[in-house]
Amino acid sequence: MEIHRLLFSFFNADVASRYWPDIVRGFWVTTGLGAAVIASGLAVGLALALLRALRFRPASFLIVVYADTFRALPPLVVIIVLFFAFPYIGLSMSAFAATWLALSAVLGAFAEEIFWAGILAVPKGQTEAARSTGLSPLQTLIHVVLPQAVRLTIPPLTNRMIAVTKGTALGSVVAVHEIIYYASSGASEAGNPTPLTLGALAYLVLFLPVVVGSRWIETRFRWRR
Amino acid sequence: MDQIIQLFLNPAVVARFWPFLLHGLGTTLALSLVVVPAGLAGGLVVALLYNAHRRPLSWLVTAYVDFFRAFPPLVLLLFLYGGLPFLGVDLPLFGTVALAFLLNTSSYYGEIFRAGIESIPRGQTEAARSTGLSAWQTLCWVILPQAVRNVLPDLIGNTVEVIKLTTLASVVGFTELLNNARNAQALTYNATPVVVAALLYLALLWPLVRLLSRLEHKSIAVR
Repeated sequence: MEIHRLLFSFFNADVASRYWPDIVRGFWVTTGLGAAVIASGLAVGLALALLRALRFRPASFLIVVYADTFRALPPLVVIIVLFFAFPYIGLSMSAFAATWLALSAVLGAFAEEIFWAGILAVPKGQTEAARSTGLSPLQTLIHVVLPQAVRLTIPPLTNRMIAVTKGTALGSVVAVHEIIYYASSGASEAGNPTPLTLGALAYLVLFLPVVVGSRWIETRFRWRR
Repeated sequence: MDQIIQLFLNPAVVARFWPFLLHGLGTTLALSLVVVPAGLAGGLVVALLYNAHRRPLSWLVTAYVDFFRAFPPLVLLLFLYGGLPFLGVDLPLFGTVALAFLLNTSSYYGEIFRAGIESIPRGQTEAARSTGLSAWQTLCWVILPQAVRNVLPDLIGNTVEVIKLTTLASVVGFTELLNNARNAQALTYNATPVVVAALLYLALLWPLVRLLSRLEHKSIAVR
């Protein structure tokens, strides 16, 4: 009897078939948002780390302030400030844009720190050798230091990318139409938590392969250190 | 400029809602003080179970860890919040929130402890056991102190993540800092409470983030 009630509540076929298309729609929004955040976040992080490698004091200082701020602020607070506070000064944006911008800023901050740590970890002799063969500082950075640095950064970067991409669920708070938005509005509409089960399954389908893959990446790149 | 201050850092609004925001900050800290130690303890248990090297057990632990790492914490929270009543479990809101965060964070702490324990050479255990220490004593007095030191930056980093995680509780109406700030904003039609909340989070977490950067750069320099 108990198991029957459990199935009725969490795995209700009737409710599931009604809300399934919504969850699929949300799935694609989550995937698109996640991909956009990864692309722009990594680009920002890499650009800032390279800028910092030029060791121009004022620029480095500003980069550290940016990285510290967005590593310390909870992402949900950033989203809410962008979405609810900026319209007061006439800067309103869509929920999707606010979430994308906020999560990109957060991933950018973490990625900058990780890339920078990777650049620092490449021995100084590499730079000296490259420079003495006649490469310019920029060529040295791009052709010698960066390829080695990126290899070191792959495991921590993968973990951070997963963590920030999972943050796309926060978009539901400002009504981005992603998985959670459809799942929780479906659950309250149907008076049954089955849409939440579907949403949870959708996240597992999306992220479980990535998490298992990150384990493989970690062992694959560990020995090269 | 004046208008921006009126909207984003209005002194009158700050004065009116300061106690309300501080109360929210207190709740945030209380939640963190429950979830962080419980998560550390849970993570340690996860790592020790993994380290017992009993096949089905370590598979189960890996499945547990991967499951909760793949699950966004907000999804977990909403699932417990919306689902537990249907199971006939009636937890107070604090309990639901703490349980969701605990499940999420113990798997992260578990991974960190596991990496720390694996970083200690086997010879350490063998040497300690051969001097007559019991397996338990070896773990407590020889392995863990070194393991924790090796992964200290990661432990601090995850603790920062846990404190940031508590903001999610605002989604289910738990009256922590962000929740109170959003309520105050709705009352005043003014962005000040949310901006002040952001500044409070910065004040709370910035020192930890700074410390973290130092530790990370130090460990790279040593390498």
